Amino acid sequence: MKKYMLDLVVSQNTRLHANYVLIKMTHANPLPEMVPGQFAEIRIDGSNTTFLRRPISINFVDKEANEVWFLVQLVGDGTRKLATVKEGDVVNVVLPLGNGYTLPQEPATVKPLLVGGGVGTAPMLMLGSTLAKMGCKPTFLLGARSSKDLLQLEEFEKLGEVYTTTEDGSMGEKGYVTQHSVLKAQKFDMIYTCGPKPMMMAVAKYAKENGIECEVSLENTMACGVGACLCCVENTDEGHLCVCKDGPVFNIKKLLWQI
Amino acid sequence: MADLSVNIGNLKLSNPVMTASGTFGYGKEFEDFVDLEKIGGIIVKGTTLHRREGNPYPRMAETPMGMLNAVGLQNKGVDYFIDKIYPQIKDIRTNMIVNVSGSAIEDYVQTAERINALEAIPAIELNISCPNVKQGGMAFGVTAKGASEVVKAVREVYKKTLIVKLSPNVTDITEIARAVEASGADSVSLINTLLGMAIDAEKRRPVLSTVTGGMSGAAVKPIALRMVWQVSKAVNIPVIGLGGIMNWKDAVEFLLAGASAIQIGTANFIDPTITVKVADGINDYLDRHGFTSVKDIIGGLIV
Repeated sequence: MKKYMLDLVVSQNTRLHANYVLIKMTHANPLPEMVPGQFAEIRIDGSNTTFLRRPISINFVDKEANEVWFLVQLVGDGTRKLATVKEGDVVNVVLPLGNGYTLPQEPATVKPLLVGGGVGTAPMLMLGSTLAKMGCKPTFLLGARSSKDLLQLEEFEKLGEVYTTTEDGSMGEKGYVTQHSVLKAQKFDMIYTCGPKPMMMAVAKYAKENGIECEVSLENTMACGVGACLCCVENTDEGHLCVCKDGPVFNIKKLLWQI
Repeated sequence: MADLSVNIGNLKLSNPVMTASGTFGYGKEFEDFVDLEKIGGIIVKGTTLHRREGNPYPRMAETPMGMLNAVGLQNKGVDYFIDKIYPQIKDIRTNMIVNVSGSAIEDYVQTAERINALEAIPAIELNISCPNVKQGGMAFGVTAKGASEVVKAVREVYKKTLIVKLSPNVTDITEIARAVEASGADSVSLINTLLGMAIDAEKRRPVLSTVTGGMSGAAVKPIALRMVWQVSKAVNIPVIGLGGIMNWKDAVEFLLAGASAIQIGTANFIDPTITVKVADGINDYLDRHGFTSVKDIIGGLIV
């Protein structure tokens, strides 16, 4: 897919919780084609500790409004600065980058489970929406530390069944996503996941043990975003591959995770 | 519109802007963003005789106005380059230059010899700042003797333009530059990355898997500029300047310091169109100051 560097205009910046913002951006021309699981490299100016772009996954593309959404967790200087943008601000963005999740060939016959942890729920919204449009009903299993870290639940509920876990038990089942009762009660054909690496490894282990296809989205520290600098590599059955260009989505069979 | 063309040995560049090895892939990675033929020269990824997996992840750390990398020359080897990459890049109408690395003199020689046979590759850039396994971890590029040996050996088999990339991690870079010139190099490019380090205080661990890594980006520019200035006075061959060039103004400063051409590295990660912007910016600068050729400002620093 052709990549672009664009000056996008912030159309909305909503604080979802102390640590998260949902930033919607638009452009005078129609936005490029993007698929679920891809990401953008966002330029953040103004501080000497935000020298490089920040890779942020694409949360959703609203074609009617010509908007791309980014769900941003405030982690360090870069994301904290990005969270301060206001309506009308211009932000330089390179997108779409990387490869997305593999969509089912025969959507009507597949029952996918979409597992998101923390801010890793971000790409699951666009993926769930795309699957639903294809006639493939998604089930979401979303995990977080506490209820206030479970984001965009009302959006997910429009698309399919939503199950939640929290580490403190403040919403859904108490514990981790891999401990949720839905995994025992229902059978899934495909698992898509994004979240903290320990969570994805636990999900991958579950998928492997139960013979379910599974794709994970990695977030290794990166610089260029286009496969030039070879900084963000992951060990695979083909040797070191770039998360930015060859991923960020990988089938777990390709990875050398000890699970 | 000023004349932006410059010569590096027998190499003719349509403008003095080149890309630094390891920051621009094989060029193809950037073709969505920029017309590759508008770049004076593209120096592709470091190529070695045999495939190298490079260092383990993590390989990158952001630092104030810069970054550290510890990629470790990951590449699929010269044969893969010739069979799979070369056919894809040979028709790009600019100077496609291969950066050649190695860990032993014979490796450099064999790699250079094979690339010498490629019609569409008019030059190589010899990376002599890699660890020399045979000398117990020392690098060729940190002694005049080591640098001289490898350049002499490659010069015997390589007939086209030979650029040698110098390491800044030395006591006197002009001594190495002179040795390289005396050994038959057509040009020197500098600086490669500066050895640096990053620590994660919370984890009490180094950020990079290799503990230390190469520093690049805006923060290194004053050091690079100083070294380019010193080396350009010490040698008679053309100098290619790089290190922290983020915009046209930085590029002009390197030209004034004595560089005949410049390379853009880390800035490609921040603006994938920066190469062409810098070439345009140099042109505007020349027009504004009434210079008809970029050659008029090379080494034109008033001191």
